[in-house]
Amino acid sequence: MNFGFEEEQELLRREIRKFLDEQCPMEEVRRLAQSSDGYSREQWKQLAELGWLGLMLPEAYGGAELTWVDAVVLLEETGRSLFPSPLISTTLAGSAIADLGSEDQKGRWLPGLADGSRIGTIAFLEDNDVLGPAGIQLRGRPRGDAFLLSGEKRLVADVEQADLWLVPFRVGDPEDAIAIAVVERDADGASGRPLPSIDRTKRTGTLQLDEVPVGPDALLGPPAGASLGLSRVLDRGALALCAEVIGAAEAALRITVEFAKQREQFGHPIGHFQGVKHPLAEMYVEVESLKSLLYYAAWAIDEDPEVAPAAISRAKAYAADAFTRIGIDGIQLHGGVGYTLEYDIQLYLKRSKWARSMYGDADYHYDRVARARGL
Amino acid sequence: MDFSFSTEEEAFRQEVRGFLEENLPDPVPTTPEFLREWNAKLRAKRWVGFAWPKEEGGGGGSLIEQYILKEEMSLRRAPPLGSDFMGLAWVGPALIRHGSEAQKKRFLSDILDSSSLWCTGYSEPDSGSDLASLKTRAVRDGDEYVVNGQKIWTSAAKQAKWIFNLVRTESSSRYGGITCLLIPMDTPGIEIHPIDNLSGRPGFNEVFFTDVRVPVENRLGKEGEGWRVVMGALANERSGISESTEMTRKLDSLIELARNSRKAGRPALEDTSVRRELAAFDTRIEAMRLNGMRNLSRQLKGDPPSSETSINKLLRGALEIRMAELSLEVLGSASQLEGPWQNAALSFHGTVIGGGTPNIQRNIIGERILGLPKD
Repeated sequence: MNFGFEEEQELLRREIRKFLDEQCPMEEVRRLAQSSDGYSREQWKQLAELGWLGLMLPEAYGGAELTWVDAVVLLEETGRSLFPSPLISTTLAGSAIADLGSEDQKGRWLPGLADGSRIGTIAFLEDNDVLGPAGIQLRGRPRGDAFLLSGEKRLVADVEQADLWLVPFRVGDPEDAIAIAVVERDADGASGRPLPSIDRTKRTGTLQLDEVPVGPDALLGPPAGASLGLSRVLDRGALALCAEVIGAAEAALRITVEFAKQREQFGHPIGHFQGVKHPLAEMYVEVESLKSLLYYAAWAIDEDPEVAPAAISRAKAYAADAFTRIGIDGIQLHGGVGYTLEYDIQLYLKRSKWARSMYGDADYHYDRVARARGL
Repeated sequence: MDFSFSTEEEAFRQEVRGFLEENLPDPVPTTPEFLREWNAKLRAKRWVGFAWPKEEGGGGGSLIEQYILKEEMSLRRAPPLGSDFMGLAWVGPALIRHGSEAQKKRFLSDILDSSSLWCTGYSEPDSGSDLASLKTRAVRDGDEYVVNGQKIWTSAAKQAKWIFNLVRTESSSRYGGITCLLIPMDTPGIEIHPIDNLSGRPGFNEVFFTDVRVPVENRLGKEGEGWRVVMGALANERSGISESTEMTRKLDSLIELARNSRKAGRPALEDTSVRRELAAFDTRIEAMRLNGMRNLSRQLKGDPPSSETSINKLLRGALEIRMAELSLEVLGSASQLEGPWQNAALSFHGTVIGGGTPNIQRNIIGERILGLPKD
């Protein structure tokens, strides 16, 4: 038993930290948040060169074949910096293709995702706002051995940035009759339309599909066989998101602690008063407990897959509530300046609002925890 | 990151299960005869004081195996590993670190045999959360100390044979003026007044000391070392893991209650808020378990026990309160009556306050971990 990161992982963390401190300090985050791309292509290229885009992909396709625990290290740091990039989306797309795709498909798409020339994302949400296979109502209309897809996918992360959209659709009535198609950006009838996100460091929008043809070579796994794969990729999304939440929540805590040490009122730094000190202590309890829940879940994904879904749901449910509270308290403890555009704490509040429902909110995940416990 | 156990550790788990299978009837008897026999069997296996050094009469076991032992015992609702709770938790570890050979010889085997019973004299009427302000005086007179003062909230004072007592030997130094004395409870000048807890049961006591003469050889550690002696013992083995199995059992009972109750005309388990709350409890208990494993892992690497244990103390306190409240919600109008759940909802306060109130834990985290100014 060892509840801690390995030396190599600590090294990885230091490298990432150094890169982000140098390349993407808060002024740069703010600039990118206002840019039309929403991320820096130059930085994206560097991420690829450092090997962080293909962290978990097979070596044969340009990846480093590391584990989810390594990915947690990377994402904690990008979360800490509020690093604007399609990193989670691309990581998920890559992991789904590696998981479900044929050798041909892996050869076609994975190297591009690993070397930064292509960005991927998953379009999993529809009008009904139901997460998972049950929520997939978009039906593929068979035509020969292909399908035609028409409809709309909502709140697709990085929809406009992506070159590959992974599109789950329904091929039959049973809940798990789901296929996943890889739709390329230049496909006829497919287009991404951005929508303003509450957190400008995270981009989102709608994917319109109008009679988009998908052949058998674009389907990941057998038709009607991707339900489990979809659940798995959503689980991994929740896991990845939690890792970013840890970094961001820890940063929000650190910023607020520093503020509380410097800001003086009534002749004392305000952190001297229990009305300030105690909520900060609670924030710390939440962050550390979330770390424990998430590290276990990340380990379980690779080492004990049976317990992973419930472990991930515990982490995401906890993260949603904890980060919400940390975002709110972070602003409140700053007082008036917390409500200004100038102070960084507001950026974390916005991230907390965005993260709360992404890959399932607390209600959704607590329901899964309840089921896992036989309730 | 590695949450798995080695083959030897798994084999030890099987050994514990086998032992429980053979020796622990279901339901667990509560007669003194059974308890005596039980303690003797555990002692013979050297499972009492499992991780104490072998040369002190302990088991010399590893911290991980101790965790496994406690977890399995708790899952089967076995009686504690030895009956001298305070002796095992506080006095023994302090003796091993600071005791003279004569003191170890005199006390340790009795503690392990469950033939002694210790109580602890910490709090005083004016020194609760601010323990270091304690005023019970001990004045040296030849080969003896003469003790005058009062302790409060002393559990088991009536039954105990000895008290592990903090006294002030020097008034000018707050921490450095505290000394630890081991005092037989039948020494002339000691008077015990029970205090009824809010349920009307005798829960704890006041202990008065009037010219109580204590031989100098009953001092544990040097004069003025009492604070260090106690703080070392306080941190000892408080990883909080067995607490999480205890909470899991409580949650199981609460789920049973919900399963058999109706709320607003419907099965209580179908109530969304009840389900969500139960899943949140499950998640927080899992966070406690994993936080405990993290502490254990730190100890295995040789780090000294830290203020991190305050995290689980806070989680547990909040859980006790919320779980009790949910049980009353599930009971509905019957929550107005006396009953086991209702009584539990009155009495958890002892657990939450004992060993340091939640606000004290928040101070510890705020000041020692986050570095906020002391108030």
